[in-house]
Amino acid sequence: MSVMDESGMFNVQQTIGSVLCCKCGVPMAPNAANMCVNCLRSEVDITEGLQKSIQIFYCPECTCYLQPPKTWIKCQWESKELLTFCIKRLKNLNKVKLKNAEFVWTEPHSKRIKVKLTVQAEVLNGAVLEQSYPVEYTVRDNLCESCSRFQANPDQWVASVQLRQHVSHRRTFFYLEQLILRHDAASRAIRIQQVDQGIDFFFGNKSHANSFVEFLRKVVPIEYRQDQQLVSHDVKSSLYNYKYTYSVKICPVCREDLVCLPSKVASGLGNLGPLVVCTKVSDNITLLDPRTLRCAFLDARQYWRSGFRSALTSRQLVKYFVFDVEPPVGEATVGGQKYALSYVQIARESDIGKMFYVQTHLGHILKPGDQALGYDIYGANVNDNEMEKYRLSVKNGLPEAILIKKCYEEQRERKQKKSRNWKLKSLPMEMDDSRGRVDPEKTDKEYEEFLRDLEENPELRFNISLYRDKDYQASETASMTDGEGAPSVPIEELLADLDLSFEEEDDDDEDDMAAE
Amino acid sequence: MATRLQYDNNNCEIGVFSKLTNAYCLVSATSASANFFTGYESKLKGVIPIVTTSIGGSGTIGSLCVGNKNGLLLSHTITDQELQHLRDSLPDEVVVQRIEEPICALGNAIACNDYVALVHPKLEKDTEEIISDVLGVEVYRQTIANNELVGSYCSLSNNGGMVHSNTNVEEMVELANLVQVPLVAGTVNRGSQVISAGLTVNDWTAFCGSDTTAVELSVVNNIFKLVQSQPDFVGSEMRKSLIDTYV
Repeated sequence: MSVMDESGMFNVQQTIGSVLCCKCGVPMAPNAANMCVNCLRSEVDITEGLQKSIQIFYCPECTCYLQPPKTWIKCQWESKELLTFCIKRLKNLNKVKLKNAEFVWTEPHSKRIKVKLTVQAEVLNGAVLEQSYPVEYTVRDNLCESCSRFQANPDQWVASVQLRQHVSHRRTFFYLEQLILRHDAASRAIRIQQVDQGIDFFFGNKSHANSFVEFLRKVVPIEYRQDQQLVSHDVKSSLYNYKYTYSVKICPVCREDLVCLPSKVASGLGNLGPLVVCTKVSDNITLLDPRTLRCAFLDARQYWRSGFRSALTSRQLVKYFVFDVEPPVGEATVGGQKYALSYVQIARESDIGKMFYVQTHLGHILKPGDQALGYDIYGANVNDNEMEKYRLSVKNGLPEAILIKKCYEEQRERKQKKSRNWKLKSLPMEMDDSRGRVDPEKTDKEYEEFLRDLEENPELRFNISLYRDKDYQASETASMTDGEGAPSVPIEELLADLDLSFEEEDDDDEDDMAAE
Repeated sequence: MATRLQYDNNNCEIGVFSKLTNAYCLVSATSASANFFTGYESKLKGVIPIVTTSIGGSGTIGSLCVGNKNGLLLSHTITDQELQHLRDSLPDEVVVQRIEEPICALGNAIACNDYVALVHPKLEKDTEEIISDVLGVEVYRQTIANNELVGSYCSLSNNGGMVHSNTNVEEMVELANLVQVPLVAGTVNRGSQVISAGLTVNDWTAFCGSDTTAVELSVVNNIFKLVQSQPDFVGSEMRKSLIDTYV
């Protein structure tokens, strides 16, 4: 009975014979103990000494199970994590080898979990025996620490971050909100409350608040201080419970602001013309001198050393008509942005008769017939000490107008209203209506301007997630017949919204138009 | 009928301490109590001579000697005194011979009945010749279940034989063809695979270790034909070389 193998070797066929079990006489294949499995099982019980019933604690509020001494592990009913947890709670299981474990169905409200374990161990003379046995877990309800604390006082917070910017608009906070959403920085906040000139964030843990402040430090120039208040004190163990508060101030100089630098700061930056425009605010402030096209960067520490404020903010922007643009006399690329210095003839929209001949740094995008927004220094009554000092000191007088950006109002009017194919998400904020200073119309207008800002500036969109608006229908009549249309967000930049947040989408749509 | 025996308080390996053939029986002299001897005596008194001895001072005589009705071969460790004692005690037909063989555990290395012997594959050529002369048998070198100690793992009588439980079917057929008696793969002493250690057998009786279960005992009875349970059955199955479902 030899068989030729593929390799050409003789392989003798081996048929296992059968012997009789020495106890019960049933024919079986020979094994090390020469007893059939049942006889072996009756002889030896490998589950002797293993735990068969045990008690575990469960918190019904947060569906967590207690792993002593202090850890609470979140598990679903009959999940893999629960199985692992149950097996870990058994002692002595290292004496045998665990082959298989599975749940046996129990009524959910019976407060019992049954697990069937299959273990293997060596018995007698080398025979390996496998046996399965059930383990019963009694589940006892016990609120975990955090849930019991929450039950006692639901508004309990341990650390709070009070974010403030002392300016009259909320542009920064709209932008910050989007940044926070993108980086998920406020995911651990218990509560977020919107207040006048700022937002309050409440956290359950001091380290969460700390990491949030660190995140803020990276995205905006801030100055902060930390204070604490004693809540309770355990005399015997000398444990002190505090409430921590971080007061965070954001630098009040915003994008598109006109700043007159104090002489010390100006000379410190290399005699940057004291009238500068703030072009970008990230973790440092970018100041551009429109007359020399020179740029300077101030980080938070440098800024707060002098603490100057803007002379004119975007509220005071005035519309100008551009009549003539001369070819640029100089060009510069600053921080990725191209600027061209040229002379233009402009007049205010309100007073077209009075023409100004000024220098501007927007020579690269302005064309005759355009509209632009700028600061009317000629006609404005600026309430700024530095500006006054500068006006008196300079011979030729201040420039009559400084243009900041091109205006796309006309093109926008040609487009239909609400024709944005993208939308933004928002943080779950509570409104503070107690002071009664909130004007919904004003916030609407500001938000609309913020969205327009996003459309116009690709670099502003860099750190923000824009989501494709599923309800947007491309209108066929939106044909750009003449030259350029209003700037819009190219579709590649949009993120398709996940279906997981299906309910949120509808809310978001409403939130877009409603005030925060 | 097979009998259960015990050596010196719970030791069931009686095959190590005794040797049973058709013409005589050897029992270890170093037993602490006389019960072992009495056990043999109860069955064999007056039928065949029962001789107590030691080999080289040791009581494990079953491992150190091999014999059948024709002769007895002893390892070189035996002293002259013991050899003389054996020669005197045993009947004259039995040739008692000492052999110089490096494998001195002859009982573990050689399994024989009155006609055939299976030996350890590494046994010397001279020894093989002496075996065939003294014992009057045909000698075959064999392994059982990949084990060279054929004497330990196989027990033969003129009517049948029992081998190690892991022996596969092909090998058993081959062995049965050699020894020309029916073979069974079984166990003694509650699942022990060392057959000869727990079992001594001749043509009409057998002795097993006290741990042997009833099942094992009945297998022993049937294969060595110690019980005439079903005459037709035995008669018709006589020709088959391999019977493995006895109870």
